Amino acid sequence: MYPDSMRESIRRMEATREARMKQTFPMRTAEEKKELLRRFHPDYIEESMRKLAVGPNQGERTPNELADVLEAWPVFDETSIDLSQVEQDVDVLIIGGGGAGAAAALTAQAAGARVLLVTKLRTGDANTMMAQGGIQAADKPNDSPARHYLDVLGGGHFKNIPSLARALVLDAPGVIAWLEELGVMFDKQKDGTMITIHGGGTSRKRMHACRDYTGAEIMRVLRDELVNRNVSRVEFAAAVELLTDGRGTVTGAVFVNLETGQKWIARAKTVILATGGCGRLHIQGFPCTNHYGATADGLVLAYRAGAKLIFMDTIQYHPTGVAYPEQIVGLLITEKVRGLGAQLVNDQGNRFIYELESRDITASAIIRECREGRGVRTPTGVFGVWLDSPLIEMLKGEGAVKASLPAMYHQFARYGIFMDREPVLTYPTQHYQNGGILIDEDGLSGVGNLYAAGEVSGGIHGRNRLMGNSLLDILVFGRRAGKAAAEAAKATKAVPELSLKHVAAFKRELAAAKVPRSRKSPMILPDYRQPAMRGRYSFLGPDPECVLPAD
Amino acid sequence: MTNQPAKPKDQNQNSFDSSSLVTIYVMGKAYQVPKNLTIMKAMEYAGYQFIRGCGCRGGFCGACGTVYRTKDSYKIKVGLACQTVIENDMYLTQIPFFPANKATYDVAKLEPTTQTLVRHYPEIMRCISCNSCTKICPQEIDVMGYVNAAIRGDCERVADLSFDCIMCGLCASRCPAEIVQYNVALLARRIVGAKIRPRAPHLRDRLRELETGECLPAVEELTRLGEQELSERYYDKKVRDIEPE
Repeated sequence: MYPDSMRESIRRMEATREARMKQTFPMRTAEEKKELLRRFHPDYIEESMRKLAVGPNQGERTPNELADVLEAWPVFDETSIDLSQVEQDVDVLIIGGGGAGAAAALTAQAAGARVLLVTKLRTGDANTMMAQGGIQAADKPNDSPARHYLDVLGGGHFKNIPSLARALVLDAPGVIAWLEELGVMFDKQKDGTMITIHGGGTSRKRMHACRDYTGAEIMRVLRDELVNRNVSRVEFAAAVELLTDGRGTVTGAVFVNLETGQKWIARAKTVILATGGCGRLHIQGFPCTNHYGATADGLVLAYRAGAKLIFMDTIQYHPTGVAYPEQIVGLLITEKVRGLGAQLVNDQGNRFIYELESRDITASAIIRECREGRGVRTPTGVFGVWLDSPLIEMLKGEGAVKASLPAMYHQFARYGIFMDREPVLTYPTQHYQNGGILIDEDGLSGVGNLYAAGEVSGGIHGRNRLMGNSLLDILVFGRRAGKAAAEAAKATKAVPELSLKHVAAFKRELAAAKVPRSRKSPMILPDYRQPAMRGRYSFLGPDPECVLPAD
Repeated sequence: MTNQPAKPKDQNQNSFDSSSLVTIYVMGKAYQVPKNLTIMKAMEYAGYQFIRGCGCRGGFCGACGTVYRTKDSYKIKVGLACQTVIENDMYLTQIPFFPANKATYDVAKLEPTTQTLVRHYPEIMRCISCNSCTKICPQEIDVMGYVNAAIRGDCERVADLSFDCIMCGLCASRCPAEIVQYNVALLARRIVGAKIRPRAPHLRDRLRELETGECLPAVEELTRLGEQELSERYYDKKVRDIEPE
């Protein structure tokens, strides 16, 4: 239910609806885009970032919140662990239980490897589950992988690693076919033709969807398949350090049971990191759309082991986060709403950007409207712009909102807002880590036997990802990493040596850079308790090593 | 989940004034928290840090199914902790895990007959139509309706009715016939996706083109272009025209 102050603004928006329906809004030129980003995109705020003082990316800029976990001390003393007590001994160790981890595990096991998947929450607790809009693949006759490639590169400001973007678009149709075989229920016409729509920055309608539960549908099928194929899994166990042979090759990981605090060791011939992104670090204090577990743990562990990161100075803010009601501020309003025809409208009732520009451009335009006084104010003083969702009913017919966007409809209806009749208020929200661990086409990082797939990896999307390419990338590179890691493991005959020498070396760097000793990582889970209640408990148990020492 | 005793009202460091506080009971224990919070945020305000019972925080993952009653009412209500706003005198308990039976199968070998569901989950025949499952579903799914469709072997109906299922498990926790409804629905959806709906014909065509290497040269050419040339093609409406709505 909207208060009267907002209702007035809705009336202004409704008054222009008919004219807006006929209006075609031009796309921004390359120059206009640059200017919009420079003036309004959060990445361009100089003081929000700093240069890293330690590690493989020393001297490169990254957001302060991310620097705080990369330049941080381990959560336990590496000399306190008995490395001869190996609890699990496998070919391929997969850390992370979202879409990338599940795809990697299924593929590696099918390739004949002994696999273990460890995840810090439940299997499927990941951003994959929350991806609503869709998955891209160039599989229609009017489309081609080359077109998809050009769209991906344009979205990424032409900075993407070409070999990774190439793998992404060429594997895409195969991934859709794999999901179809597994029984993922894509939206289809009677004859099996996929119903596809536009996403921001697509030149062809290549967004495949499962209503607005696309990621959830894919994840529940993959999770079911993990059980069917009896893939070994351990849940509620967080990786707190990688193990190496002391000569730069990864050989396993140290985990902590989140419920008992017990630490344990897995030895592996190859390791795949599929731990997701950094949304829950709340870069620049933004709300976020991410899963509870998105705390950049994989980046931290890989960085200590010597992996180079790429594009760590760019974060994706999703243009349309919820700005009202207060209880769900920051949650995602899927891009599919705009794909179906809903327009962005300011407080004066005017459109101000073509709705399907790439995400960084659209987000910057919304920030501009609000900063220049054309935003809609909520009773708590938050600003946003309207997303004219009732327009979908007019364009696609009555009932289209409920049929195509059941999850979204439901989410707002809980608060008395019915998006088939009323617009929803929106403002950018932290959504995605554009960069990550630099990988090659097989998902191999710069560190021996360490693979990465999904949001933790970087290079595929350049400096900005397009909608529908993350559900795609987790599966493309999850499967590639799974296959390559299984093959590499089979070729490894010797028993991997286990050491934490890389951690000792990293600690020397931290000491030299005078990093405060109270700053520890990985974070494992965010802490939303009142500040006075924090610090007394730790996921790592009552181990005195885990009590934060004074600086 | 770890917790700390709630602080007395007057020690709140927050901007909430005491008149806006309400009392909630977490597994029977009272806490004063600001009103208008979701159950999840209220519990965090009270000092809980979640390990279980918290997932996507956006209504999609089913980790935070919560059962509650309010004072002076016999009625059991449910909601997702991340989506439901607290009320005064709410007695809460989370059901983050409930043991459930799951059949295992090879999807490729499944036959989409009317008997497939009941063969994997014979307990669906024990449904007594009490409707407890439908009443407890936080997604407002007609759970009993799809169990009935499952008994008839109508996979498409089960798939359609159950599509919004987030597998929180609350239905199974209440079922007197010990049916695990959400796993039955998952099997039905997979049968529909893999076996009943026709495969996309254009997808097969594209896969063939990829196999023969037909698509490759155009992509290879683009991978060799520099930023300037790529940018020119990207903004050239003749090269990269936009498919109309």
